[in-house]
Amino acid sequence: MAASEEYPEGLKYHREHDWARVQGDEATLGITWFAQDALGELVHFEAPAEGSSTTLGSSYGEVESVKAVSDVIAPLSGEILAVNQKVVDAPETVNEDPYGEGWLVRIRMSDPAEADTLLDADAYKAFLAEQ
Amino acid sequence: MGQLSLTDADREEMLAAIGVASVDELFRDIPAGVRFRGELDLEPALSEPELVRHLEELAARNVDTTRELSFLGAGIYDHYVPAVVDAVLQRGEFLTAYTPYQPEMSQGVLQAIFEYQTAICELTGMDVSNASGYDGTTVAADACFVAKHATGRSKIVLAETLAPQVRQVVKTYAVGFGLEVVEVPHSGGTTDPDRLAAAASDAAAVIFQQPNVFGILEDAPALAAAANGAGAMAIAHVDPISLGVLEAPGNYGCAMAIGEGQSAGNYQSYAGPHYGFLAAKAEYTRRLPGRIIGETTDLNGERGYVLTLQTREQHIRREKATSNITTNQTLLALAGLVHLSWLGPQGLREVGETCMSLGAYARERLGLAPAFPGTATFKEFAVRIRRPARDVIRDARAHGVHPGYAIGRDYEGMDDVLLIAVTEKRTPADVDQLAQVLAEVRA
Amino acid sequence: MDLIYEKSRPGRRASTLPRYDLPAAEVPAELRRAEPPRLPELAEPEIVRHFTELSTRNFGIDTGFYPLGSCTMKHNPRVNERLVMLPGFKDLHPCQEEDGAQGALELMWRLQEILQEVAGLHACSLQPAAGSQGELTGLMLMRAYFEDIGEGEQRDTIITVDTAHGTNPASVTMSGYKLEKVATDARGNLDVDDLRAKVNERTAGLMLTNPSTLGLFDEHIEEVAAIFHDAGSLLYYDGANLNAVCGISRPGDMGFDIVHINLHKTFSQPHGGGGPGGGPIVVREKLEPFLPVPAVVRDGDEFRLDHDRPKSIGKVRGFTGPFGVFVRSYAYIRAYGPALREMSEVAVLNANYLLARLRDAYDLPYDRLCMHEFVLSARRLKREHGVSALDVAKRLMDYGYHPPTIYFPLVVPEALMIEPTETEPKERLDGFVDAMLAIAREAAESPELLHEAPTTRPVRRLDEVKAAKRAVVKYGFEEHPDLSGEAGEARQLEAQKGA
Repeated sequence: MAASEEYPEGLKYHREHDWARVQGDEATLGITWFAQDALGELVHFEAPAEGSSTTLGSSYGEVESVKAVSDVIAPLSGEILAVNQKVVDAPETVNEDPYGEGWLVRIRMSDPAEADTLLDADAYKAFLAEQ
Repeated sequence: MGQLSLTDADREEMLAAIGVASVDELFRDIPAGVRFRGELDLEPALSEPELVRHLEELAARNVDTTRELSFLGAGIYDHYVPAVVDAVLQRGEFLTAYTPYQPEMSQGVLQAIFEYQTAICELTGMDVSNASGYDGTTVAADACFVAKHATGRSKIVLAETLAPQVRQVVKTYAVGFGLEVVEVPHSGGTTDPDRLAAAASDAAAVIFQQPNVFGILEDAPALAAAANGAGAMAIAHVDPISLGVLEAPGNYGCAMAIGEGQSAGNYQSYAGPHYGFLAAKAEYTRRLPGRIIGETTDLNGERGYVLTLQTREQHIRREKATSNITTNQTLLALAGLVHLSWLGPQGLREVGETCMSLGAYARERLGLAPAFPGTATFKEFAVRIRRPARDVIRDARAHGVHPGYAIGRDYEGMDDVLLIAVTEKRTPADVDQLAQVLAEVRA
Repeated sequence: MDLIYEKSRPGRRASTLPRYDLPAAEVPAELRRAEPPRLPELAEPEIVRHFTELSTRNFGIDTGFYPLGSCTMKHNPRVNERLVMLPGFKDLHPCQEEDGAQGALELMWRLQEILQEVAGLHACSLQPAAGSQGELTGLMLMRAYFEDIGEGEQRDTIITVDTAHGTNPASVTMSGYKLEKVATDARGNLDVDDLRAKVNERTAGLMLTNPSTLGLFDEHIEEVAAIFHDAGSLLYYDGANLNAVCGISRPGDMGFDIVHINLHKTFSQPHGGGGPGGGPIVVREKLEPFLPVPAVVRDGDEFRLDHDRPKSIGKVRGFTGPFGVFVRSYAYIRAYGPALREMSEVAVLNANYLLARLRDAYDLPYDRLCMHEFVLSARRLKREHGVSALDVAKRLMDYGYHPPTIYFPLVVPEALMIEPTETEPKERLDGFVDAMLAIAREAAESPELLHEAPTTRPVRRLDEVKAAKRAVVKYGFEEHPDLSGEAGEARQLEAQKGA
């Protein structure tokens, strides 16, 4: 069951269609509704290893539909604390609930100030409108 | 020209519909500086009967295995190809189709290759097979690419008893792949597991051959264990026709099995086209090169087959693809499936047993010193003939017998060694004739 | 229909084999097969019926029109199948001494000479097994050449175009080069300004298909070649579309230094359901020393294999290449002789005729005369009627045609890439036009016909999402899953199909 289009307030957005939910010095990362819609139903999440690091603007994994494969770009730098095993086992979870059950990884941020460089929901929506 | 159908009237109508005055005008976008004017310097056209005669004349200048009693092997073998193979391959629906991009148009090829993948997995003890690679050399290079990315390591270890041209192709590809290639010399014709283990530390993969280049049975489980102990992927290069009598690589610890498919279903054909097979344990599925066919259902819930896991491939993943392969060797792999279906498990075992017993008979009957004493062989064996093998080959051929391959071309100190292959197409009487001719030409 | 394994019954067999009265030779116990492979067990009649039934569920050129763009699905003359089965060819062992293989070596040498003439270049290696392996070999040659002249470290980048086949960027990665992409301009030519900005002393070379995958000849090819040669770089010609220009424009004359030729496309090797092919490469003189070994050479009246090439990149496949492919392509070319030009002329005439008749019903993104193929877009049908290129393709099946290549090249949305080849008569082309026009009308009047198509094939649309998720890639015998129990949807990818 595909989710309907939304971009929740309170999340931070990267122009490569990734989101971050910052809580203290940790953050949860995922891909936006726009990204999952462009890919179609996901069939595979090539997850990073727990303990590896993410770098702002660089790929930390891949998501695949049957027609496309896309790098997942880190909106923040840090160390990966957890990978969402539910998405590994059932990648379509991302399509069903991109901001909730369909999160991809949780990290401990190495540079929390990076969050200030990201877009808020309104700015991301404006960015999408320009595309 | 019997291939073209347009009449002059057709051409006129078509040019009018396009709105140009001549065919030449269709090429107006080609800059004048690069237009080729004049006529290609090619020999005059041949009618079909003339063409057949010309090619028959060329073919007659080859001495094939129907004209000479041949014991050549060295990677390509004169096994019997059953008539059903020819019959199936002549079906135009298979012969003249292309890659099954549109599954509704291609269920025949898709199901056949699904069945081929199953046969390869059964032979090798693996979980997944691709739809074929070019030949037994390029699948080795493909396997190295898989191993590099699966392990994050960049060293490949090759047993020296892996066929020379397989090693050569791996080395050619290794430059672009950024791989270092290390070879482990043989010890008395086989690979020493301890030396292999030492070389395999930090390696992505170890590739060995069973039976090896000298026809000898390696202690393959020990070699696989040596690789695994070092954290390297164990990759066995195997002869499909041996796998009715020899254990499957997947059952003794190998991560991948690869090989030259020619023995199963293909004529020798001066080296091609044949097919290479490549199979792996399930954990490597998403790293495999080439086409993979998968089962699914259609709109009505009926079973059907499609190209699957295509995000590995060049047309989607482009520069990040697991391989650049597009056109593969489907028709030859289909021939392999038909041959293996004709044999069945019983027939496959019998072919293996016949090759082995005939080989044992030949070793004894020839009475020549084995190049590597104390080794067991499958369908090929190396003997010392105490004369340059190339001279012996020349002289024996004058008697209508090709006695084998001069392996000294590839290995130092083996100029007097002849590599002799037997298949189920040779008979004990053929072996007797070989013995007689060799006795004569060695004198 | 059942899998051959499901038709299997223990104890049946088709094979009869010689059994000689010899002592059995035992496999050492630790190497002996414990459980036999579960190969099919059937007698010959059911094997023949099985594969015959499978063949009826497949569509080849012999079945009907197959305008799969970029794949050059032309008729395969049947005489070539007879020739390749001559014992002197099919039963010849690759290690036969050269004096026992003179006919084979002469055939290969003659084919090399022909390909050099067609390409307008100097030397040839027949070894690569397919176009993509030709590409990889060509890039290996570039690396070897630049290392030889001391520029190996410096030149680390290959330029490709956004219309390129996926094989081009994949080959670049496999050969260890970096990839730089340039754009296509509004007329479908390579964007020369973009190119000028990207070619420099780090550029090893260009990979280009010309005519491009849009079916358009690059109008600035001389300027493009000069840009690369002035920078000391090389030009690689992807010969996928050579069928358009044999005897009309030669890659060597266009300025290319390395060319691969898809024997299975231009020179009519049957495509075999996915292969085999052949991808010989032809090169300018300065690159000859680096070609794969062995080379087939002529010494007076003798032909031989030359392994002594110290600067060679090595071997890219076993022995000397796919010989049976050479037999067919050599015979194919000899049947044409110098009239090979007519082959390309008619290919281009047929394509332009289809283009002229279809251009009003579908969108034409680049309004030019085409070469041997052209690319239409179904974007208007999609916008106005919700019908995609995939739907058009599937509906064509109900009219008895193999669909064109779709969703490629990537620069054209809803792309339909159509290549009729020269071997189609006008009536076939007209029939295809009628079907395409009817489908465009149906898209407006009864789009459900397109969404539901095909209805006349052995299966309906298949669920590719399920295939990718479940990854059932072999028969599981007792444990084989029954996928039909799971919800069936027609989830197919709107991604490249063809080329």
